[in-house]
Amino acid sequence: MARSVTPRRKLLNTTVAWAIGLLIFFPILWTILTSFKSEAEAIAAPPIFLGFDWTLENYRIVMERSDYGRFLWNSIIIAGLSTILGCIIAVPAAWSMAFVPSKRTKDILLWMLSTKMLPAVGVLYPIYLLFIKMGLLDSRAGLVVVLMLINLPIIVWMLYTYFKEIPGEILEAARMDGATLRQELIYVLTPMAIPGIASTLLLNFILAWNEAFWTLNLTAVNAAPLTAFIASYSSPEGLFFAKLSAASTMAIAPILILGWFSQKQLVRGLTFGAVK
Amino acid sequence: MATKASRSAARLMMAPAVILLLGWMLVPLIMTLWFSFRVYLPLRGGDQGWAGFSNYTRFVTSSAFWPSIQTTLIIVLGVLAITVIFGILIALLLDQPIWGQGVVRILVIAPFFVMPTVSALVWKNMFMDPVNGLFAHLWRFFGAEPVSWLSDASMPSIIMIVSWQWLPFATLILLTAVQSLDSEQLEAAEMDGAPWIKRFWFIILPHLSRAITIVILIQTIFLLAIFAEIFVTTGGAFGTRTLSYLIFQRVLESQNVGLGSAGGVYAIILANIIAIFLMRIVGKNLD
Repeated sequence: MARSVTPRRKLLNTTVAWAIGLLIFFPILWTILTSFKSEAEAIAAPPIFLGFDWTLENYRIVMERSDYGRFLWNSIIIAGLSTILGCIIAVPAAWSMAFVPSKRTKDILLWMLSTKMLPAVGVLYPIYLLFIKMGLLDSRAGLVVVLMLINLPIIVWMLYTYFKEIPGEILEAARMDGATLRQELIYVLTPMAIPGIASTLLLNFILAWNEAFWTLNLTAVNAAPLTAFIASYSSPEGLFFAKLSAASTMAIAPILILGWFSQKQLVRGLTFGAVK
Repeated sequence: MATKASRSAARLMMAPAVILLLGWMLVPLIMTLWFSFRVYLPLRGGDQGWAGFSNYTRFVTSSAFWPSIQTTLIIVLGVLAITVIFGILIALLLDQPIWGQGVVRILVIAPFFVMPTVSALVWKNMFMDPVNGLFAHLWRFFGAEPVSWLSDASMPSIIMIVSWQWLPFATLILLTAVQSLDSEQLEAAEMDGAPWIKRFWFIILPHLSRAITIVILIQTIFLLAIFAEIFVTTGGAFGTRTLSYLIFQRVLESQNVGLGSAGGVYAIILANIIAIFLMRIVGKNLD
């Protein structure tokens, strides 16, 4: 509903909007800035905003001390594999629901969504127990499966809303021209579905990356991803602001950048297509 | 147009997702139900037989139960109020023509992508620390005594941290809805001399009602389950123990699985009541 306004009004709007934007972003900015300070500068009173000696020392120490690489690798593996696996299972399901709908399709979709609402804490112990029995505790494989399952409903829904927008006439035309099911899939559907699948992968990768209930409760050392890496900094001993900031920046930077690309998909994915 | 063959093919394609989710839902649910009727203390003798409904009554009558419900509700309602009200205001502002709209949007949306453990730690230490936190500096600058936020004002602090994380989500969804508003209607109202507040109340707000409902329901589901923010900041102390956190403590800290499972069943019932409303709204959209 954007309308034209006077330049003065626009200037006022711009000022207020930028002020609010910077205020909301400030904690992140402050963390990034602090990560380049020395520990003394990080707690200096009054706080130093920009005029400090920029240093990469904190990053070096954090890397050395806590094997950042392993946590990062775990995060990438767990978030990546759970998302890809979820898509492999969800694409056929969403495809069939979008193109061969039956009376029960809607019920199945809603039921899938309802599994998302099962409070994790309510089923924590059974999962914990099953994990011990199957030797999956503190394993990447176990977390991949759990995160895949909690995100599966969102993946199916997102793909379903994307697939539904592919016009059925195109499929019929392809069929008229004698395309087989395989050809139809490869030459007609796949090219049209790729943007939707890409957005779905992106958003679910972010969700899996930031998931902090199962990743904290089902890992100890070997499979611990970045959420656990950061949580280990919550103990009061040996807490230093600059190092905490460096560690935080390293944990959020990759996803922050990916996240900015996926704003639109966020609305669609998390509202299950109910707001467009 | 669907033939019999494509129907059965469709069923086959759906099967893996349906079976996996069915297993994911039923197996832990049945185990939780089973445990909730047992005396089960893994570190003190294991499974010691039937408990009847005693876990259920004990969970509800424990002195921690009602405060935890109250804490949960205050956090959920507080965060909802803040995110919805500010979300609407920011969405309306961002919808206006401004310079650098894309950049402002990126700034506003950023907190959503910060993992909960990071945002909790950053707020706890760098802002709310009573000695070196930025708030402490600010308070001293104005000659006030710094506040120990997470112990003396624990609930407002938690609400503020969680609101910061969820404000982007609310803003983004409300902005999407605002942008779909037909501006002709608003202009007509403006011509007829309707004051701003009336235009907001009678045209904008009704248009946003659906988006607001969605924001409220989805956030409620996530907010009922917030864990890392409390785990990292207060560990459930200073009156910040929510229902989920209480169950977590019963199961993992006191290792009383029977009691914790009964609590889990309560949490599942609570979440389902809310879920039913969400399903209705999303379901309508499918037709």
